[in-house]
Amino acid sequence: MIEEKFDFSAPIKKKILQMGIAGVVLLIIGIILANFGGHGHAHEAHEAAHEGGHHAFHWIQRLWVDLWINNVFFMGIAIIGVFFFAIQYVAQAGWSAGILRIPLALGNWLPIAAILMLLVFGLANFTSEWHLFHWMDKSLYDIDGPNYDAIIAGKAAYLNTPFFMVRMITYFVIWVGFFFLLKKKALAEDIQGGNSFWYKKVRLSAIFIILFAITSSTSAWDWILSIDTHWFSTIFGWYIFASWFVTGLATITLIVIFLKKNGYLSIVNSNHLHDLGKFVFAFSIFWTYTWFSQFMLIYYSNIPEEGIYFVERMRSDPYMLVFFGNLIINFFLPFLLLMTRDAKRHTQFLQIVCVLVIFGHWIDFYLMITPGTLKENGTLGLIELGTALVYASAFLVVVFNGLSKIPLIAKNHPMLEESKHHHI
Amino acid sequence: MQVTSTVRNPLVTGGKTIHDITEDVCRQVEGKPTKSWMLVLSMALGALTIGGYALAMTLWEGIGMWGLNKTVGWAWDITNFVWWVGIGHAGTLISAILLLFRQKWRTSINRAAEAMTIFAVICALLFPVIHTGRPWLTLYWPIPLPNAFGSLWVNFHSPLVWDFFAISTYFTVSLVFWYIGLIPDFATIRDRATNKISKAVYGALSFGWDGAAKTWSRYESVSLILAGLATPLVLSVHTIVSMDFATSVIPGWHTTIFPPYFVAGAIFSGFAMVLTLMIITRKVYKLEDYITISHIEMMNIIIIVTGSIVGVAYLTELFIAWYSGVEYEQYAFLNRATGPYWWSYAIMMTCNVVSPQLFWFKKIRTNIVATFILSIVVNIGMWFERFVIIVTSLHRDYVPSSWAMFHPTLYDMGVYLFSFGLFFTLFLLFAKFFPVINMAEVKSILKSSSEKRN
Repeated sequence: MIEEKFDFSAPIKKKILQMGIAGVVLLIIGIILANFGGHGHAHEAHEAAHEGGHHAFHWIQRLWVDLWINNVFFMGIAIIGVFFFAIQYVAQAGWSAGILRIPLALGNWLPIAAILMLLVFGLANFTSEWHLFHWMDKSLYDIDGPNYDAIIAGKAAYLNTPFFMVRMITYFVIWVGFFFLLKKKALAEDIQGGNSFWYKKVRLSAIFIILFAITSSTSAWDWILSIDTHWFSTIFGWYIFASWFVTGLATITLIVIFLKKNGYLSIVNSNHLHDLGKFVFAFSIFWTYTWFSQFMLIYYSNIPEEGIYFVERMRSDPYMLVFFGNLIINFFLPFLLLMTRDAKRHTQFLQIVCVLVIFGHWIDFYLMITPGTLKENGTLGLIELGTALVYASAFLVVVFNGLSKIPLIAKNHPMLEESKHHHI
Repeated sequence: MQVTSTVRNPLVTGGKTIHDITEDVCRQVEGKPTKSWMLVLSMALGALTIGGYALAMTLWEGIGMWGLNKTVGWAWDITNFVWWVGIGHAGTLISAILLLFRQKWRTSINRAAEAMTIFAVICALLFPVIHTGRPWLTLYWPIPLPNAFGSLWVNFHSPLVWDFFAISTYFTVSLVFWYIGLIPDFATIRDRATNKISKAVYGALSFGWDGAAKTWSRYESVSLILAGLATPLVLSVHTIVSMDFATSVIPGWHTTIFPPYFVAGAIFSGFAMVLTLMIITRKVYKLEDYITISHIEMMNIIIIVTGSIVGVAYLTELFIAWYSGVEYEQYAFLNRATGPYWWSYAIMMTCNVVSPQLFWFKKIRTNIVATFILSIVVNIGMWFERFVIIVTSLHRDYVPSSWAMFHPTLYDMGVYLFSFGLFFTLFLLFAKFFPVINMAEVKSILKSSSEKRN
């Protein structure tokens, strides 16, 4: 039988650490530039604030927003790992049996993501007058006040802090709980063998998928949709799912390639890469499908209340390039680069596309979260790059650390032989 | 080397050999029509005749024969159209998407499902054609020809024109896909034929298939290419059908979830119809060893998944209607659930969301009778879903003086009956004269996935 164990060795740790340090340095330079740099953004905004009567823009707001983007983004990759794992069981997939430990390991980030979510939510919303979520502004609900907003007040039954917190905690209890349950069964299978664990995991996976079908949409409404508090779109939950899913697939593929190149995963050959490549290719198109469904229907109907969302993004100076870049990186590039059979079977192409896809979908989340929180002050700069690098390195440390603690191959998986002889 | 895990159920039971497959499937094509087949065919032809009268009257007298009015200008016709198009999704999904996902169980059901797809799309196309009132001009209107009668082009902004392109492309590709799959089987029948007519007819249909290794290699390549082309087409068809509604600004129609939700609903109803037809076919033709309980269970699982996706979409629409704070949107949904058509909403919710959940019980999803009943329930539900979306969104216009109800006439029902007659006539002819199971492809999985004779 195949016995493999990933050694999270010092050189790998060092590389990740270097990335993290680079992130911290960039972040610090970014903050310094934002304070003293020649941009003068803060200054201008400050004056504008006096005229308009709004709160001044401060770099710390930008930092909170960036932290939130990364929270949502990396949390998404982690939960997609668990989801992908579950899907393989309910779909009775054989080809993937040899790589299943990688998506499972992504779930290790979930408990940390939960703490970070609660922490950033609390710090970003309760430490100053400014709110990450517009609906948290209490003056909106004061019917006699100047800021009263009838539409937002109408949503108060759903958008209120206690209920929001309850929902957030519920999601994490479910997600983290199922991650541990599935992991437990997988590890027990390693020791005891037999088909019974496979059947148990099919059952657990089915329950998880039902719960995830609901919580993926509601968490997307909570964490992202409600930032643009007036705006609404029924496809939004599925759009976020698509974005998370393709990012998760690209991450799994990259880690598989990384391990393969370092001499692990002897079971994996170009046939498995081909299947992973097909997944990234297909779900890039699926993401574009949900993107287009949302954009086109709103654009076509031209209802001001809905169209404003795209006016703010497509026809504004800070976001226009990001808007079109999003589509180019996440649709045109993967579509063209992964079109051929060879591109999906060779690691070079796959690596390039997976990095692009991960970067592109980070941009996608940036574009969903920033305009509603920072308005015209949003920029893509060193602070964004720095926080993303810090998060990425922390994420990798946690995932690799988790991966090094479990056998890399599920040696008693009933489909393992199918996976080993997979040929397409 | 191909390995099959011990957790997989066999796809062909009863220890069948390659020769048994040929015998079991060809027997139906080669034998004389049975009495029961004749009886059912005459029933289908009867429905076609009665429905044909309703259709003729509609064409002669005009669309006024239907229950439409100024407020509800679309009702049964478009409901039937969307319903039939939806049913026409399962076949190509099975043959294309399941081929890409290497699902071996598709081989026993793809032939009949694809046939069903093609006939369902034909039935669907009837309704917009009839609704134009002058079907003899219909082909001329949506095609963007330089207009000899005036300076008008078709309105490219209209999703109805997109529909024309989407469905005609889908129909063509599905037909080609289905036919390519039939060629090796026609050759088998040709080679076995004992009389001259069969030999000539099946010989012509099989395009001189010689069964050489190279021919098979081409067959596989073409199947894969067609699967790649058909997959986006399956998804695009119902996407564009949903846009017939979603591009409008009618509350209850204009909602961004429509494209994927319509696609899921279409697969849902398509699989239900496949089950309805296959459960009868396997019984009558004694194909229980090819279309096994595992096949039925797989299809039932797809029904749970797609039915639940549809259920999540219903709840999302309801929630966002409230969340949006748009009073028109809120009223549209309140009116659906509690207005004069509340009963159709209740039927939709019960049949589409609640009843498929019964398939969570293994006892129910592996029970033939329960599956048969539920498959019909699902299609009743999906008909009502389209009725609810279309009629309840229209009948309460913005100005209360324009509020109206839709009452179907006998002619509405008659034309619907006509489509049933047409569908079953075509399906029965298919089931008699064409091999209902793809023999060649079932043979290809026999070695890896069959139950061996003890």
